[in-house]
Amino acid sequence: MEDKLYIAGRQVDSRLFIGTGKFADYNLIPAVIKASKAQVVTVALRRVDFGTPEENMLKYLPPDIILMPNTSGARNAAEAIRIARIARETGCGDWVKIEVISDQKYLLPDNFETVKAIEVLAKEGFVVLPYMSPDLMAAKRMAEAGAAAIMPLGSPIGTNRGIKTRELIQILISEINLPIIVDAGIGRPSEAAEAMEMGAAAVLVNTAIATAENPVLMAEAFGQAVEAGRKAYLSGPGSTQRVAEASSPLTGFLRKE
Amino acid sequence: MTFYDEIIGLQNTDYSDAFELVTASQIANILAKAELQPQDFLALLSPQAAFSLEEMAQAGHRLTLQHFGRTIMLYTPLYLSNYCVNHCVYCGFNATNDIPRRKLTLAEVELEAKAIAATGLQHLLILTGESRQQSPVSYIKDCVAVLRKYFSSISIEIYPLSTEEYAELIATGVDGLTIYQEVYDAKIYSHLHPKGPKRDYRFRLEAPERAGQAGMRVINIGALLGLGEWRSEVFLAGMHLAYLQKQFPEIEISISFPRMRPQFGNYQPEFPVSDRDLVQSILALRLFLPRVGITISTRESSELRDNLIRLGVTKMSAGSSTAIGGHTDAPDSIGQFEISDKRSVEEMRQTIATLGYKPVLKDWHDLNLGGEVDNAKVSIS
Repeated sequence: MEDKLYIAGRQVDSRLFIGTGKFADYNLIPAVIKASKAQVVTVALRRVDFGTPEENMLKYLPPDIILMPNTSGARNAAEAIRIARIARETGCGDWVKIEVISDQKYLLPDNFETVKAIEVLAKEGFVVLPYMSPDLMAAKRMAEAGAAAIMPLGSPIGTNRGIKTRELIQILISEINLPIIVDAGIGRPSEAAEAMEMGAAAVLVNTAIATAENPVLMAEAFGQAVEAGRKAYLSGPGSTQRVAEASSPLTGFLRKE
Repeated sequence: MTFYDEIIGLQNTDYSDAFELVTASQIANILAKAELQPQDFLALLSPQAAFSLEEMAQAGHRLTLQHFGRTIMLYTPLYLSNYCVNHCVYCGFNATNDIPRRKLTLAEVELEAKAIAATGLQHLLILTGESRQQSPVSYIKDCVAVLRKYFSSISIEIYPLSTEEYAELIATGVDGLTIYQEVYDAKIYSHLHPKGPKRDYRFRLEAPERAGQAGMRVINIGALLGLGEWRSEVFLAGMHLAYLQKQFPEIEISISFPRMRPQFGNYQPEFPVSDRDLVQSILALRLFLPRVGITISTRESSELRDNLIRLGVTKMSAGSSTAIGGHTDAPDSIGQFEISDKRSVEEMRQTIATLGYKPVLKDWHDLNLGGEVDNAKVSIS
């Protein structure tokens, strides 16, 4: 069965996206990409050191990946727009993950400022993937503003708490005609599989891989979990029941006839 | 309402009594909590909590790893001028100290910038003594204009300014402020600052808020450990941080734990802080505010700094000199205080990597390179 993910017309071969922050050594990143089979890789522009080759994270990325710079550090739409433009001018391509965070305590995204940034950047030809708090109306506005996918958080960045926003993300999956990519909060491969079983188009993972004792092995585990979750979604799992049920407790008597 | 109003109430508390009442079971309960309250933070600074230092370390390490990953951000200080009109009794730049006074010319600033940039560092902290005559805001602006060609982030550690002056410096390219209250205990503050504009406790205390209103991106505060009783000083510094985090959620807030070092003038700290006390302070703060940055400078020894990397620290200075022109010449120039960890930037990078962490040399980008965008004019159609 053909099951391909397309974002802004481009075929994406892996439904696991990975982040590059928090790694102890940039040399781990190529091995993590290989083990996870991830294709879309996000990099904080603020961390890219263009002047020093051994410190330039971009030099560690294989050529066949899709680079998705992010606007980490942006506190409003204007800063996100500036960072996106710098990223394109410095050769990072057209894809951008909009991250507008005006709250450093919980690192929750600012949906209002994000919509504004999407509108400007989509018109400038960027492929815009916004990180957001899962809210149906905000997601609709982001779609109208030209987003190429929607990236709701499962729980706050770096918390490894899993998909606490499950009900809200499920609504986005049902109602928004764009790929829904669960970003942030996924701490275990089982939670990545859970997101995929729900019908998410992809998941983005960073902390759980970067801070594992063995990041490469964890990356492989996430890659497999995402594939397993996707297959489960496509195969249509049976519905779950809270209690075991007799086959027909209410209408069984009818068989006597 | 500013933090000044809050600290008046906080200073009326008898902390020695509060610390004595803490029990072992209270500490165990606190360590099992997901989110700590100010009274929990206070308890973690008590003598009783010192018995649970390893448990605090495990929890602090886990939280830091989760929020910051295996990374340590590096920066270095650049001293622009040591002219000073203040009489801080513990400082080498004290106006009454008979030391050679000097300020860098813009050409010298550029030479220092080149020497520092050659080490790979992208984050710079510029410092001056307090002299509106010798190192006015206009001089600092001129220096920043030179420095921004070489660095992606420039922070200031200078005398407290007005909101408008902070805004001016931000427009020139400054994105971070470091300002230590030195000592939160107002009585000791008054005693240690006998003369000069720095006598104004409140103007200094409210400086981070003025910088926040002016749009500063990063703010780093701290108490100079040794000047007051460390348990209450660290508690008040932590409450200051929590206040700033709540008032200015968009700002990246961090704290330094500077301990008194030997300096010209030979002031001896009245309240010495042991390594064990320092570690307890850092861990209590980390558990109270899991997402704030924690800075440790070259005031501390290389051995201690290497051990602190796994205990909550997220930023370190490297290749430091506290003397004017210290990155290029002036080997015999008298600095503000003696540094302890004298390793070069390259040695620090290698050590951090050996310890299983990534030294981060760049963690910001000059947004002006992205063109002019006025946020007020970006609207939803």
